[in-house]
Amino acid sequence: MKSFIPREIETLWTLFTAPVVWALHFVICYAAVAIFCAKRLPASFDFDTMRIALFVVTLAALAMIVLAAWLAWRQWGFGADDPPHDEPTKDSRALFQGFATLLLSGLSFMAVVYAAIPLIFIAECQP
Amino acid sequence: MTVELPEFSAEERAAQEERLRKVWATPGGWRYWTSVNNSEIGLWYGVTAFTFMLFAGLLGLLMRAQLATPNNDLISPELYNQAFTLHGTVMMFLFAVPIFEAVAIFLLPSMLGARELPFPRLSAFGFWSFLLGGVFVCGSIFFNAAPNAGWFMYPPLATDKDYSGIGADIWLLGLSFIEVASIAAAVEIIVGIMKCRAPGMRINMMPMFAWYLLIVAGMILFAFPPLIAGDILFEMERMFGWPFFDASKGGDPLLWQHLFWIFGHPEVYIIFLPAIALMAMIVPTFSQRPIVGYSWIVLAAVGTGFLSFGLWVHHMFTTGLPQISLAFFSAASEAVAIPTGVQIFVFIATMLAGRVIFSVPMLFGAGGLAIFTIGGLTGVMVALVPFDWQAHDTYFVVAHLHYVLIGGMFFPIVAGIYYYFPFVTGKRLSDAWGKIAFWLMFVGFNTAFFPMHFAGLRGMPRRVYTYPEDFGWDWFNLVSTVGAFIFAAGVATFVVDIFWPKPKRLERNLNPWNSGTLEWTNDPSEDWGMRSVPIITSRYPLWEQKNLQADIEAGRYYLPDAKSGRRETLVTSVLDAEPIQCLRVGGVSYVTIIAAMALGGVFIALTFHWWIATLVCAVMTLAAVIYWLWTGTAQIPEHREEDVGLGLKLPIYVSGPASVGWWAMFITMVGDGTAFASLMFGYFFYWTIHSDFVTAAGPGLFWPMVAMGLYLFAWALTIAARALNEKGPTGCRIALVAAILVTLAASCAGLAGPYVYGLDPTQHVYPAIVWIAAIWTVVHGAVGAIMQLYCLARSLTGRMTGEYDQDIRNVTLYWHFMAFTAIVTFAVIGLFPMVAS
Repeated sequence: MKSFIPREIETLWTLFTAPVVWALHFVICYAAVAIFCAKRLPASFDFDTMRIALFVVTLAALAMIVLAAWLAWRQWGFGADDPPHDEPTKDSRALFQGFATLLLSGLSFMAVVYAAIPLIFIAECQP
Repeated sequence: MTVELPEFSAEERAAQEERLRKVWATPGGWRYWTSVNNSEIGLWYGVTAFTFMLFAGLLGLLMRAQLATPNNDLISPELYNQAFTLHGTVMMFLFAVPIFEAVAIFLLPSMLGARELPFPRLSAFGFWSFLLGGVFVCGSIFFNAAPNAGWFMYPPLATDKDYSGIGADIWLLGLSFIEVASIAAAVEIIVGIMKCRAPGMRINMMPMFAWYLLIVAGMILFAFPPLIAGDILFEMERMFGWPFFDASKGGDPLLWQHLFWIFGHPEVYIIFLPAIALMAMIVPTFSQRPIVGYSWIVLAAVGTGFLSFGLWVHHMFTTGLPQISLAFFSAASEAVAIPTGVQIFVFIATMLAGRVIFSVPMLFGAGGLAIFTIGGLTGVMVALVPFDWQAHDTYFVVAHLHYVLIGGMFFPIVAGIYYYFPFVTGKRLSDAWGKIAFWLMFVGFNTAFFPMHFAGLRGMPRRVYTYPEDFGWDWFNLVSTVGAFIFAAGVATFVVDIFWPKPKRLERNLNPWNSGTLEWTNDPSEDWGMRSVPIITSRYPLWEQKNLQADIEAGRYYLPDAKSGRRETLVTSVLDAEPIQCLRVGGVSYVTIIAAMALGGVFIALTFHWWIATLVCAVMTLAAVIYWLWTGTAQIPEHREEDVGLGLKLPIYVSGPASVGWWAMFITMVGDGTAFASLMFGYFFYWTIHSDFVTAAGPGLFWPMVAMGLYLFAWALTIAARALNEKGPTGCRIALVAAILVTLAASCAGLAGPYVYGLDPTQHVYPAIVWIAAIWTVVHGAVGAIMQLYCLARSLTGRMTGEYDQDIRNVTLYWHFMAFTAIVTFAVIGLFPMVAS
């Protein structure tokens, strides 16, 4: 069976995966409520439906961050070696990348949770 | 990497040094100003920014003198308005951001072990733009014409011509010009850090400073363009009456606030992160141990960089946005405290783990962190919506922002100047005077700004020219004024120390603080930077790599010679810094100055509505830039490879994604795309506030679709030209001619929609935003056509061939972005009205 988990790749971009997910989640939440509160669109939605929809988006974002974190954990050799990862070798460099990516995934996870908290407590647009 | 290092005889070394000296020489006499060396440009940049800071500081003192007592009439209300506007503007745009571009340009090559950053002429161009724009903006106050609507220029006050006069135009155009310089610096810094590190300096070896600057430069790319887009809308309103922020014609002043703060909040972190980066260099040196938690610093830098973009609405908590929107931004504002806290704990941990030497740089660093922490805590307070409703626009906010900026930026930069002064001049600043300066500044600062918290909580609004007696504000203001002058005395002490003649040091000591990082191997009396480019195997090479200094100076590493008579630097791979190219960089030139002056002329002439002068300067700018590119870039070398030493031969000419030019284009276009996205944000912003926004007569469907199709066709032809170029010049040239014609047709079609349907942009914001989107795209199309023409000319003159094809590859990359712009623009102005209505 072909695994859905991506293979390990050599690039700097993966460092930014989790923060980018946070940014997308943030923009979606902001844009969705802005349009909903200004135009009551989509028309079939009430505020609670919007909240539920955004909760689903939040769960999806968190799932993606967890995936990014797992990939980072793998790149970090599942914690086989401790920081500071300052050896002049390819391996040490990859371990550093994995560890830094893992830390960023943690921060991004927290930040997404933070952004979702208002969805629990605020029940109307309230200008 | 184990390599046998060569041994050169004394004669060989002297000959090498003679050649290097000749190639990297700074010209003498008045031609000195044509220099493009990073060491000169960085120094000029820094000195200029610092001078602007002193000027803005004097304006601050003027304001404090006016506010010392109630009902004071020391200066007129109008001058007061100009003073506070210019104070904020100059500090933010002409000091805080440029000083770090200066420090980065100055330090990065030495820190990364590069002989030069990849685009020295671009740095020079940025500097001259900055100088001209800065003098223009600052000078306006001497003609009673300075901007007077506050440093964030809120409409409708700033769009009211009767109130704001020409000052607002000077602000908008002068600063747009400086933003160009900032984006130029961002390109230079990103490509420099990614591609020009010494061999072996893998990304886990990079100095912390480089990590921070990489993130900051990336942030500039996403933060500055929204302001440029806002400036365009703002100037169109002021010059031609297009009502983007005029509520009576469907516009909305809030859009400016969004665009300004999408820039303005990341800007705070753009200022703060490089200052922390300096601390990340200073703290390990004076703790005499590697930094604790290198990866955590990377987490903090990247995390802060991202989260800072989710904070902008916390400047707009009182504008009546839905509370749920405010709450999202409040949450992000609290979240950003996490990575910021991590940075501070890393420094504390490093100090605890090492043996701290309390030198003057450490004093300023620690004092700055203490002040910044207080500012951070009040920041957490104003990030809470209910508290902000009380404190908004009061002196509480003035206190908060000065604590953050002076603690988080000014004190660290002074620490950095004390620390790096020997690197620049070979001499140290005075320890005794440094301590006096520190205590004056530290005590003066707190005396000046701490009482402002209370004045603010007692309701004193910011930006008032004076206040009546017995509001309970008198004493706070008087104390603040006294403190401000003590603070200024500290700054003056520091400035005097810089200029005080210093005895020549007897023994040569390049590394007076016993630092571990690479920049301290450089001899400030030589122009070549690194004598030879070393192989790096440690984060603190001077501590851990034996004999490094001697081997570098003996020319035992890469590029110890300049036999080609050209300025050369190594390009290495992104992750592992393996050498991949011997890049020839630009040398001294007038063209950078001429290009900057001509572009400055465009902006200045626009301010005064001198349309013909604007046009003349624009043509001059274009001519200068084309001359610059034609004579200075993508030169076909006389042979393919260069011997860089240690038995390694590297290609001189590289094209496509492997080349630095391709990355510069990519980075520039990302910034450009962000400005475009901001304009599109404007379109949809107006759509959300109007129930009938797109039901009004629009540009129709036909012409936008024709324009989109033709642009995509021109894009395809450009790609075809690139592919055909590999087989021979003829097909490529035919494709380019066709592409130019199609581009021109597409541009006509792009304007035809709004024109044929008679959209009048002065009537309502809808036609105005449609016109702006169309004009934006057509201008980009015109630039694309010039690029195609340029490639055609290069091909016809034999400067671009199948093998040497940098030009067409970079132009194709431009066209990828162009195609995207065209699709979005014409889909939005043509298709969206049909969907939405």
